[in-house]
Amino acid sequence: MVGLLERMLGRSSNKGSGSKAKERLEFILVHDRINLPPERLEEMKAEILEVISKYVAIDEHNVDIALQRRDRNPLLIAEIPFHKATEGIEKDDPDYKAEEPPPDEEGDDEEAKATE
Amino acid sequence: MRPNVGASTSNNRAPRRAKVVTVTSGKGGVGKTTTTANIGVALAKLNQRVTLIDADIGLRNLDIVMGLENRIVYDLVDVVEGRCKLRQAMIKHKQLPELYLIPAAQTRDKTAVSPADMIQLTDQLRQEMDFILIDCPAGIERGFRNAIAPADEVLIVTNPEVSAVRDADRIIGLLEAENKGPAKLILNRVKSEMVRKGEMMSAEDVTDILAIKLIGIVPEDDSVVSSSNAGTPLSLADNSRAAVAFRNIARRLMGENVPFMPLDDSPNFLKRISRLFAGGQ
Repeated sequence: MVGLLERMLGRSSNKGSGSKAKERLEFILVHDRINLPPERLEEMKAEILEVISKYVAIDEHNVDIALQRRDRNPLLIAEIPFHKATEGIEKDDPDYKAEEPPPDEEGDDEEAKATE
Repeated sequence: MRPNVGASTSNNRAPRRAKVVTVTSGKGGVGKTTTTANIGVALAKLNQRVTLIDADIGLRNLDIVMGLENRIVYDLVDVVEGRCKLRQAMIKHKQLPELYLIPAAQTRDKTAVSPADMIQLTDQLRQEMDFILIDCPAGIERGFRNAIAPADEVLIVTNPEVSAVRDADRIIGLLEAENKGPAKLILNRVKSEMVRKGEMMSAEDVTDILAIKLIGIVPEDDSVVSSSNAGTPLSLADNSRAAVAFRNIARRLMGENVPFMPLDDSPNFLKRISRLFAGGQ
């Protein structure tokens, strides 16, 4: 009960427009600083995945590629999990997918959720 | 006592005494001119010899905030184009005899002044002044280049709002590219009540995002508007929280280590905190 209350309070303070402003700024500035608009970043991500897919089977649902920063320096962080090499199973086989463990929710971005 | 930053300091330009401080922002309307005026007044009240230069050619404002608009005879462009001596364009403040203003031209072409002109002009003044404050125009065009060219230190004024901070970030990038960094940040018009409620970004939020050092937090204060109305910058007499904030910025520019005021309106809280500081030292 207390935990719930705390979570609600914590949540409500996190949802103040101040933190919203900060989030939006972080997003805008990381793109400003490398002069790469979000839509170009998406193209770049698709291309990166395409190249990697030529060599390794990617676990596409759990890919996380995002721009971040250290102080004022932008950097690209990519987490690209692979499927284990399992002979005889195609990566697009629906049965194969169903048996996968549920994706780790932590750090999931909206994009990943949207594809589920 | 004047800071000892005199002739012994090596510099590849003229012999250097004054520190040239440019106040800029990127975005207009964040309080840049008011900030320049108030820091100038605060420095002068701390016995510094100060010249303010309005670099916003075509849209001069600093003279009005300073209440000196009726005393303009010559302006910055007149000096640069040789129609008058530098001294003739320096308007002396009524109450503070060691505070001067060089007004911008109101009608001239923006390109009448070049970055080299600004360096030459400030070099002429360096030996006679402790501080030369340049009020930079909004934007990132010629006026901005002029204003930062002679700067030893750059102060970026912003408000805790998304668009203002974004523009400040752009300016920081440009200053880095011109080797004029690291700039310092003045966060202006902070509403403590809103920050407390989480409805406004805090100074910590903004400095975290911009990754530059803070030199002042100025609370939103109605007396800023009323003092601008009267043409008497509030740092002249007023002891409002904004006036104290500007004075603290002036002292930090002089090299003093002044702790930041807590953003709380209650005087009791202030006293408690200052006692804490006093006890802790």
